[in-house]
Amino acid sequence: MAEPQRARPKPTPETQHFWDGTKAGELRLQRCDACAQVYFPPRPFCPSCASRKVSVFKASGKGFLYSYVINHRPAAPGFTPPYAIAVVELDEGPRMMSSIINCPQTPEALELDMKLEVAFQELDDKITLPVFRPAKG
Amino acid sequence: MRKNQVAVVGAAETTELGVIPNASQLQLHADAALNAIADAGLKLSDIDGFATAVETPQQVCHYLGIKPTWVDGTSVGGCSFMLHVRHAAAAIEAGLCKTVLITHAESGKSMIGKAPRSIPADSLQGQFEAPYGVYGPPSMFPIPVLRFMKTYGITHEQLASVAVVQREWAARNPRAMMKDPITVADVLNSRMIAYPFRLLQCCLVTDGGGALILTSADRARDFPRKPVYIMGTGESVETPMVSQMETFNSSRAFKTAGPLAFREAGIAHKDVDHLMIYDAFAHLPLFGLGDLGFMPHEETGKFIADGNTRPGGKLPLNTNGGGLSYMHSGMYGMYALQESVRQMRGIAPAQVPNAKISVCHGVGGMFAASGTIVFTNER
Repeated sequence: MAEPQRARPKPTPETQHFWDGTKAGELRLQRCDACAQVYFPPRPFCPSCASRKVSVFKASGKGFLYSYVINHRPAAPGFTPPYAIAVVELDEGPRMMSSIINCPQTPEALELDMKLEVAFQELDDKITLPVFRPAKG
Repeated sequence: MRKNQVAVVGAAETTELGVIPNASQLQLHADAALNAIADAGLKLSDIDGFATAVETPQQVCHYLGIKPTWVDGTSVGGCSFMLHVRHAAAAIEAGLCKTVLITHAESGKSMIGKAPRSIPADSLQGQFEAPYGVYGPPSMFPIPVLRFMKTYGITHEQLASVAVVQREWAARNPRAMMKDPITVADVLNSRMIAYPFRLLQCCLVTDGGGALILTSADRARDFPRKPVYIMGTGESVETPMVSQMETFNSSRAFKTAGPLAFREAGIAHKDVDHLMIYDAFAHLPLFGLGDLGFMPHEETGKFIADGNTRPGGKLPLNTNGGGLSYMHSGMYGMYALQESVRQMRGIAPAQVPNAKISVCHGVGGMFAASGTIVFTNER
């Protein structure tokens, strides 16, 4: 029997721009043209004021470590424990779940509020995941 | 909703709790329902309103042979049954039905007749959480904990004490799964599951079920059991994605549902004799105590570690042993409700003397939903 595969996102019409962005090496967020709210996850209207006039823009890719767990068991298919499951707060405001790379997966190394920057991890020819690494400098 | 107009007149759990390899999930619904019907001294044909979660109302009603004129299939996770109580009370008051049966059952351990939970790859969770290695509640529910600890100065020892205190309650409960005493050191030395949480800070996984029967307070006087009145109710939802909570320092759903129920009941925190806060994981009681307004969040860890919620303490909390030590089939809210009803009837294994008001607070998903019920045994 084949090993269960690592979960792979399947884009929808509302999220396609996000996944096109990661493939192109960009973290794309949306901003409301009416009230300037920046939001995530993607949707074609503003969850703050309900305006349908929204724009996609390239985010800075910078943020900080808001919280995390280090998962030991059970491990998700395709993951080798222990591994961190993090929530990153982006400089633009929204938070997103992510992985932290280039960093030991330990409580000592993973300090809350540490500065992070986006990196891109190609899962296959269709999907590239945004992940984060400790920011340089 | 007007307070004390509707009462619980039947309440029971499945005949067995724990590991039940000889019954499907649907049969566990029926077992709990039949026990509750017997407890209320009713016949199945007396039931004209029905609510359940995960399984559909049509599934369980057909299996039991119930022909309802009001149904509620609200399924928002483990607190669904708190929402059912709220909705049923409103429906009875509005005259949509007279006698409501609410059932829960889950073959959480044996997995007989239970559909596995799955996250579609094109859902928002499937796109923006699942790819990062989340795998079931232990990897998701504790994600806010480290932020909560840092914000409020909560310690690992305090979070371990939640499990220790609840084991003290469980030791008094013959039906509890885990009864042996444990220490803070035992908790902190148990197997790591998802840092910062270890095995003894995570809920059990068991089989079981429970059912409630509600009717108008006026009719409730004619039933064999002491009526337990619905004094106040609240509900809310926030987000199915734990990463998208407004903040990890509190739960918006808790802060909405809890105060709603207190306002409706017209009670202050000092009036609460008995408290249930759904404890899927050890941080839930801390969030609950803070978000329901019992005390500032920074005091919650110390409050529990100091013994205020233990047997004999000033705020008895999770007196059946909770999801950490009593049982947890996956959607624990029904068992919290059952314990509140037992306490209000005065028949709980670890009975709180002279308890008159019980607050029962539930969570659904990973802080995705919440429901709060205030019970009283005085009208």
